[in-house]
Amino acid sequence: MMTRHSRGSPFAPHTDGETAAMLEAVGAESIEDLFDIPEPIRFDGEFGIEPRSEREIRTEMRALLGRNDDLTEFLGRGHYDHYVPSLVDHLADRSEFLTSYTQYQPEITQGFLQVLFEYQSMLVELTGLEVANCSMYDAATALGEAATLADRVRETSGSTVLVPELLREERRSVLENYTEGAGLTVETYPYEDANADREALADLASEGTVMIYAESPTVRGTVEEGLGAIADIAHDEDALFVLGSDPVALSVLEEPANVGADVVIGDAATLGLGTSYGMGLGLFATREGFVRQVPGRLVGASTDSAGERAYTLTLQTREQHIRRERATSNICTNQAWVALRTAIHAASLGPSGLVDLASDCLEAPAELADRLDDIVGVQAPVHDRHHFREFVARTDQPAEAVRETLEEYGFAVHAIDDHLVQVCVTETNRKKADALVTAFREAAK
Amino acid sequence: MTLEYTQARWNTDDEGYEPLLAEKNEETVDTDDVPLPDDLKRDSLTLPELSEPELARHYTRLSQMNYGVDSGPYPLGSCTMKYNPKFTEDVAALSSAGVHPDRSPGSVQGTLELLARLEEQLGRIGGMDAVTLQPPAGAAGEFVGILIAKAYHESRDDERTEVVIPDAAHGTNFASAALGGYDVVELPSGEDGRVDLDALEAALSEETAALMLTNPNTLGLFEREIEEIAGMVHDVGGLLYYDGANLNALLGRARPGDMGFDVMHYNVHKTFATPHGGGGPGAGPVGVVEELAEFLPSPHVRGGDSGYELFEPESTIGKVHGFMGNWLVLIKAYAYIARLGDGGLADASAKAVLNANYLGSRIEYEVPYSPFHHEFVASAGEQDAADVAKRMLDYGVHPPTTKWPELVGEALMTEPTEIENRRSLDQLAAAFNAVASEDRAAVETAPERTTAGRIDQTEAARNLRLSWQSLDDSS
Repeated sequence: MMTRHSRGSPFAPHTDGETAAMLEAVGAESIEDLFDIPEPIRFDGEFGIEPRSEREIRTEMRALLGRNDDLTEFLGRGHYDHYVPSLVDHLADRSEFLTSYTQYQPEITQGFLQVLFEYQSMLVELTGLEVANCSMYDAATALGEAATLADRVRETSGSTVLVPELLREERRSVLENYTEGAGLTVETYPYEDANADREALADLASEGTVMIYAESPTVRGTVEEGLGAIADIAHDEDALFVLGSDPVALSVLEEPANVGADVVIGDAATLGLGTSYGMGLGLFATREGFVRQVPGRLVGASTDSAGERAYTLTLQTREQHIRRERATSNICTNQAWVALRTAIHAASLGPSGLVDLASDCLEAPAELADRLDDIVGVQAPVHDRHHFREFVARTDQPAEAVRETLEEYGFAVHAIDDHLVQVCVTETNRKKADALVTAFREAAK
Repeated sequence: MTLEYTQARWNTDDEGYEPLLAEKNEETVDTDDVPLPDDLKRDSLTLPELSEPELARHYTRLSQMNYGVDSGPYPLGSCTMKYNPKFTEDVAALSSAGVHPDRSPGSVQGTLELLARLEEQLGRIGGMDAVTLQPPAGAAGEFVGILIAKAYHESRDDERTEVVIPDAAHGTNFASAALGGYDVVELPSGEDGRVDLDALEAALSEETAALMLTNPNTLGLFEREIEEIAGMVHDVGGLLYYDGANLNALLGRARPGDMGFDVMHYNVHKTFATPHGGGGPGAGPVGVVEELAEFLPSPHVRGGDSGYELFEPESTIGKVHGFMGNWLVLIKAYAYIARLGDGGLADASAKAVLNANYLGSRIEYEVPYSPFHHEFVASAGEQDAADVAKRMLDYGVHPPTTKWPELVGEALMTEPTEIENRRSLDQLAAAFNAVASEDRAAVETAPERTTAGRIDQTEAARNLRLSWQSLDDSS
């Protein structure tokens, strides 16, 4: 049976009669006459995409995504799963938020502007720095933006960015792409027991260093213990000290501003988004003095014609739609809705909930590592440090074989080197830790 | 037939239109019980502490103080603000969709197959041979295009320094080219609002790495001489880049690949109606012709005898996102494309172009350039375009993009998209026309029916208050 929309978009509401009347109003005989496309490049082929009903698509997607194995993930390394309260979905999915765009008209978008102002404020509290932008794509791109900021603000010339040797290669690759255009090169400094080797770092730093980057927790889940010293090394060379972290860890770790961080980057979607196959929310906070060099969008408080406090995007002269090739960044569409989710999640936890969650992130890996360490053929943790969410274990068996066996038992862990596996435990998988230990015992044989 | 409209507000005496979370309640908790030595941990944390009902009310109120496509017309030129079908949210929320990005390829065959299918479909829609889904936004896609152009030229030992961009192009084009280390050569538009071939000839040289172009352009005009333009760019050894911001005007009628473009990005959050989310997340997949496929970002998906796998393209530019991009947006794009199919995609373009032409014919402001496709740029004439926009808010519609492109004085860049019906377009036209006939005072003091009255942008920039912590420091 032919329905009105059988051949057209179900979201274009025109009836045939309406279409005819509108064509008459514009003085065209057919819609095709409105297309001013030369004949040789007109497309007359097909894409071969069959339209389906909502119901069919939902069935299809359940089946398709259902082909993913149902594994309990003990995976981390820069991307984490925390339970996202139902409140977040329900409020963030309100269509006034979800179906709006960037707040170019502040008077009619006060709601989203206030959310972003509150998000910025929470990051200011967590980092101790004065300025946070209202989102970047993810931690890797935020790191790239930090390096280009460092290049812009540095008073003397320099051409090197120093990063940990254990930095995720994906992050390093993004950083290299961001810095290449500015003529910067990325070099590494060594780790010792999964913390920065500060002596080696001091030797490597020079006046050519634009920025030193460190992470806490590190990619191996250890709390970095020498942040203040790293900051001193950077500042002695007039370089910026950039710290990578996340809002859950920052709830208990020493404020980055207090240890000398000039910029904090990281992934803020540890709150609000779940795993989402790697989607993120780039956190970016810095000192007030660099505010005019900040990439991305900033929401500021102002007053309206009634004298009331109201919010607006501000310092837009830094941005690409005004400054074009001299902009501080090319970012336009960012991750605003994820920032909304993160803000709601953080607010729902409150300070006590955040500190409790972060405490669990310190206790759970220590507990699980102890139990794995009891297994013959496993040494855990490898690093004698404080661990946040995750840790590395050494296995007598090849790590890849251990990983594969665990996958057969229904668990996903990282194999990061010949005999090193990495395990991440949070409140979402902690109850499966017993079963993981049992499976590990088999896998380690 | 203008609309009577009043936006929500919950006014308090001294805390703006809805108090900040921190003004409702704040607590300081100490970290005595945190299992870390004192020198590694903070002493305390101070943040809002509110109950779930309080939060539900706070964010519900804020949502009511916000205007989205579901609230009414949103003809923000070049942003393609379409209705977002609700079922796509449910599909993206399937638990099997939420996996960790470091899962072994063998254990996420469903995810990889969906990525592969979407890549293939986007390739067919754009006339491109290979597609990456990694860029997390349109501008990130532009940057990938620039990096690919650079890698391509370097692979031929042909280092080039310039990217040519029309003066009316999106600002992101300039910023993305600069981020890639290129000098920007600005191309002045011709009198008809299109690329002037003589000016192009003058701008192109052996230093040209690429020409970045959108078609139709930001005035909604189709570059009819696109084949000549492509020939000229290719003759000097440059690549032709397609900015996909205006792809909604072409679906099923013309393809960038057929016009001679070598590399393009798609704004799936525009063309394929995935929510704009208050400014993201979007996704900016990039398509390339065969010759450039080896430079695509890593990892890339392919099907093999034992299922789908990830691999590194031979001369990959590396990565532009820490993982695989904005996956949830990609799922929604896939579901939207599936819902429309060939016929629906072509119809979306047809109705988008019809709607723009109909609205353009109904408004009393002058539209200097035509024939246009999915968007047009009107001129506010003697009025200030920004004032016109503020006054339009009072009629319950979102205004067009203003003051850009600068080819049109006091520009009102309007894109109704296919989702408005005739009645809604008439209402939109009535809002334009009401403002056109109003006296100066009413327009200059607008808006009056929105949550906030006109906001002082200068004060916001001069007296920077970027957090609630900074509010205490100022009067």
